[in-house]
Amino acid sequence: MLAVKQLQKTFGLIHAVRDVSFQVAQGEVLGFLGPNGAGKTTTMRMITGFLPPTAGTAVIMGHDIIHAAIPAKKLIGYLPENAPVYTDMTVWNYLGFIAEIRGFTGRVRTERVQQTIETCRLDTVKHQAIGTLSKGYKQRVCFAQALLHDPPVLIMDEPTDGLDPNQKHIVRTMIRDMAARKAIVISTHILEEVEAICTRVIIIRDGSIVANASPTELKAKSRAHGAVELTVKSVPGDLVAKLERLTSAARVEVHPPQTTGGQMSRVVVYPRPSAAGAAIAAGPAQLAPDILALVKANPGWELVAMKTLEGRLDDVFRELTEPKN
Amino acid sequence: MDSIRNTKAIIKRELASYFESPVAYVFMIVFIMLVGFLTFFVSRFYESGQADLRGFFFWHPWMFLILVPAAAMRLWAEERRAGTIETLLTLPVTVTQVILGKFLAAWIFIGLIVALTFPIVLTTVYLGAPDRGAIIGGYIGSLLLAGAYLSVGMLTSALTRNQVISFVLSLVICLFLLLAGWPPVTDLMVRWAPEWLVRGVAAFSFMPHYEAFQKGVLDLRDFAYYFSVMIFMLFGTHLVLENRKAA
Repeated sequence: MLAVKQLQKTFGLIHAVRDVSFQVAQGEVLGFLGPNGAGKTTTMRMITGFLPPTAGTAVIMGHDIIHAAIPAKKLIGYLPENAPVYTDMTVWNYLGFIAEIRGFTGRVRTERVQQTIETCRLDTVKHQAIGTLSKGYKQRVCFAQALLHDPPVLIMDEPTDGLDPNQKHIVRTMIRDMAARKAIVISTHILEEVEAICTRVIIIRDGSIVANASPTELKAKSRAHGAVELTVKSVPGDLVAKLERLTSAARVEVHPPQTTGGQMSRVVVYPRPSAAGAAIAAGPAQLAPDILALVKANPGWELVAMKTLEGRLDDVFRELTEPKN
Repeated sequence: MDSIRNTKAIIKRELASYFESPVAYVFMIVFIMLVGFLTFFVSRFYESGQADLRGFFFWHPWMFLILVPAAAMRLWAEERRAGTIETLLTLPVTVTQVILGKFLAAWIFIGLIVALTFPIVLTTVYLGAPDRGAIIGGYIGSLLLAGAYLSVGMLTSALTRNQVISFVLSLVICLFLLLAGWPPVTDLMVRWAPEWLVRGVAAFSFMPHYEAFQKGVLDLRDFAYYFSVMIFMLFGTHLVLENRKAA
């Protein structure tokens, strides 16, 4: 539904975005990640027709945003960064104005505004001036503005930035509820959000895409993926040495109680990557069974819990976007 | 028909936003009181013994110098400052529709304020038999002059996110265009500029065109002059916005 083709943007000598291409299909929620200044906002501004690209284009359901801007814009709902809305207007009048521009008239317009107000849970404040509302409400008014015409493509620039956990939850629930019918792009740097709602992740760095995969696939690239974490009451003298001797283990880290915050110690065993042609027994998949066998053979170890780690997006994000020295 | 609907929606919103803030009422009251004071006391309306509105229209170009840049300064600068320009220009509207909508809204707003001076007209009609043509011509000229000032204000407002800068810039430009034909200004230029340039600058002045209307003369050339100024300035606004939307 949304195809971004070789988008580029330069501001003077600065290459803000270089050659960004991707596609988003119906039902997909694409998380657009990257450190501040990586080009997320600039890319979104080009997709929504606010900024003209230096090269490349975005096509929304067959309508080119440069050559057929109006038909393309009709299919997009856009929530810009910091939710800019007219603070001197009331919620009702503001959404009425948006509805009018979106082509709704008469009774349909009134119904549409009322319906959007209900969806975005703004009923209690609909006759208040937007400037008097809290940040969470203001954000939802801008969200309502983007949703009013039920657009097939929804672009949101940091939709939960600055909201409290409850408000974040509301916004995420709303996004998840409508995801099946739309193609959605969300920029964020809150990684838990990505895991909560995104079906695919694009990581952008210095204006270029450095990763494009599902959250699960990305996590699998993490250093901690497949590592086994043991929680023990105390660390017996022979534990670390025995774990290190396993052929499937590469490294053992011990986190004593002070650093983990509780009464327990955590021991993390990282798997040895399976080398090409190596014995099957030495693969990451073998790590957990190996440790389990070891634990059974040493009944003196006071094991409380044991789990295999999925890996963390956080690590992958840092690895891909941290400036390399 | 989309374009008319969009422009109408913008006009409605802009007009409402004038009246949602107390500023609109302050403008109105100050303008009407000041015009009344200047007409009756400074221009000595009663003492002149003539039932005409020359003394009234004489002040409009000077009053507009403050009123119009003040009414125009927020049109784009505020959109930029608050970031609402991004929401606005990603709606299915063209930049031209938005410029026209904002311009017409501000023009209607100023027109309303000018229309509220009608008691002065009634007073004159009550006191004597003024030349109706001169009064109608005077109002038309006044509105066109306001439109020309306003188009300058639109351009300066689009250039900056700071309303004060926009106000000062458009005041200075309007003042220059107002005074361009006056001897003190032309004298400054005569010393170094060629004759054709001095004449050219003088021909740009608002004043000669404004004075023609006050005499009740509706010359097509004067209309053409004001509309070309407006179109030129609004076209400039369009260029500025297209090139520095996110600035």
